[in-house]
Amino acid sequence: MPETITFYLFAALAVGASVLVIGQRNPMYSVLLLIASFGALSGLYILLDAPFVAVAQIIIYAGAIMVLFLFVVMLLNAPKEDGADWDRTHPLRQRGVARWGTLLVALLIVQLASALMAVREYDTPVGAQSAATSVNSVADLGRSIFTRHTFAFEATSILILVAMVGAVVLARREDGQ
Amino acid sequence: MEAYLRPAVIGLMIFIVFNALIMASAILVLAERKIMGFMQQRYGPYLVGPHGMLQPIADILKLVFKEELRPKGADKWLFTLAPVLSVVAAFVAFATVPYGAETTLFGLLDEPIKLGIADVNVAVLVVFAVTSMGVYGIVLAGWASNSKYSLFGGLRAAAQMISYELAYATSLAAVILLAGSLSLREIVDSQQSTWFGFLSQWYIFLQPIGFIIYVIAGVAETNRAPFDFPEAEQELVAGYNTEYSSVRFALFPQAEYINMVTMSAVATNLYLGGWHGLLPFYTPLDPLIEQYGLGWLAFLAKVAGFLFVYIWMRWTVPRYRYDQLMKFGWKYLFPASVLNLIATAALVLYFNA
Repeated sequence: MPETITFYLFAALAVGASVLVIGQRNPMYSVLLLIASFGALSGLYILLDAPFVAVAQIIIYAGAIMVLFLFVVMLLNAPKEDGADWDRTHPLRQRGVARWGTLLVALLIVQLASALMAVREYDTPVGAQSAATSVNSVADLGRSIFTRHTFAFEATSILILVAMVGAVVLARREDGQ
Repeated sequence: MEAYLRPAVIGLMIFIVFNALIMASAILVLAERKIMGFMQQRYGPYLVGPHGMLQPIADILKLVFKEELRPKGADKWLFTLAPVLSVVAAFVAFATVPYGAETTLFGLLDEPIKLGIADVNVAVLVVFAVTSMGVYGIVLAGWASNSKYSLFGGLRAAAQMISYELAYATSLAAVILLAGSLSLREIVDSQQSTWFGFLSQWYIFLQPIGFIIYVIAGVAETNRAPFDFPEAEQELVAGYNTEYSSVRFALFPQAEYINMVTMSAVATNLYLGGWHGLLPFYTPLDPLIEQYGLGWLAFLAKVAGFLFVYIWMRWTVPRYRYDQLMKFGWKYLFPASVLNLIATAALVLYFNA
């Protein structure tokens, strides 16, 4: 019972904070709410008996990446978004595009629902789920990443590298500018 | 009986640790001023109580009765949230630090209870993660104050803390490799035995370079002199806490002192054998400590010694220049810690294979 209550608490916090992230006018608040959302997610990981993943979530996302975000927001001193002069001619605000956006949201909801229906062990208590899928100790996690999931692991790191190179190329100034 | 006693004992332990941390921050302020006085050949605080021993009470009363100011244009919510965030992170970080072996409280409990609030199997990482959350308090304080000096202090704090966190985590990783565990309790227990029957098997002897890196990075992490750039008074008035007053101000130094205690406690657990043995060599006291379960006293003594070194360092070494700090962190400390980690990994592989 306490586990269920904590689950709903963390889940509500994660979802609520994530919704508020995109609803904020001040980017500073968005960054902080995203950190809160990450914290709630790490609470959910602890409930799933995965303390290492929870701590990694805090160290990597809330600790390292979000500090960089905060840095950028602070240094740019991004002003509050002004509601009055929304750019109505922006390509993303045209009618057809906006409809497509709504369709995407609907699709996302359908996907989420179907994914939730496919979960088989939803009524099994947390921590008592089948041993094959649960990865408890850090050593097991490392072994499974570097043996069973080597391809996914390496592919993800190449993806991140590509993104980094892309960011450098985009941010590079041309000579004489 | 047992079913009710155990949660009560755990609750009592939380209560004691929480209050001990609050008291520690008060006592450390006094200790800092007294030691500073001693090192500068004067008395330090002397007027309140015998030998100025009640000075912390006077300090706290003064801070509580001051007016709370909030500068115009400051962010209302974040200005209040920032000090709370840094002090909460400081308290939470201590939650997974064990401070003693198992005890039955003189036979009160049937099953022995572990001294330490939460025994997590990734305790080292939890402490690291939560202390790294403390940077948000300082950065937000700098940003929300709507003041140039505060903003500079906050930015410096963020840059410094994320730079030194790397060296800090890498020196931790070397100890984790040696112990083969992420649990602080298991790391302490793996330092229990002795070499040649007299030299304690502490990791400070296996990891001398790692220990030095840990101490330097730890001092930089807690923003203490000679790395106290976020509040360099010659350059930034008072840095990130320039605009703060009263209790909201008091929470920042309190968080700093609690972080010092956590850092010292983790250093004691990782490198100085935790609650096993008082001195780095065998003394006739050691069997007595183990027999009567007084390991936590040895632990406290080591933490106190470490804190003394902390304060000693502050009044001995002058402050760096900011660019020197960054250069030192990235060009010397971080490569040194990586080399230390690689060498440790190679040796562990060689001796275990």
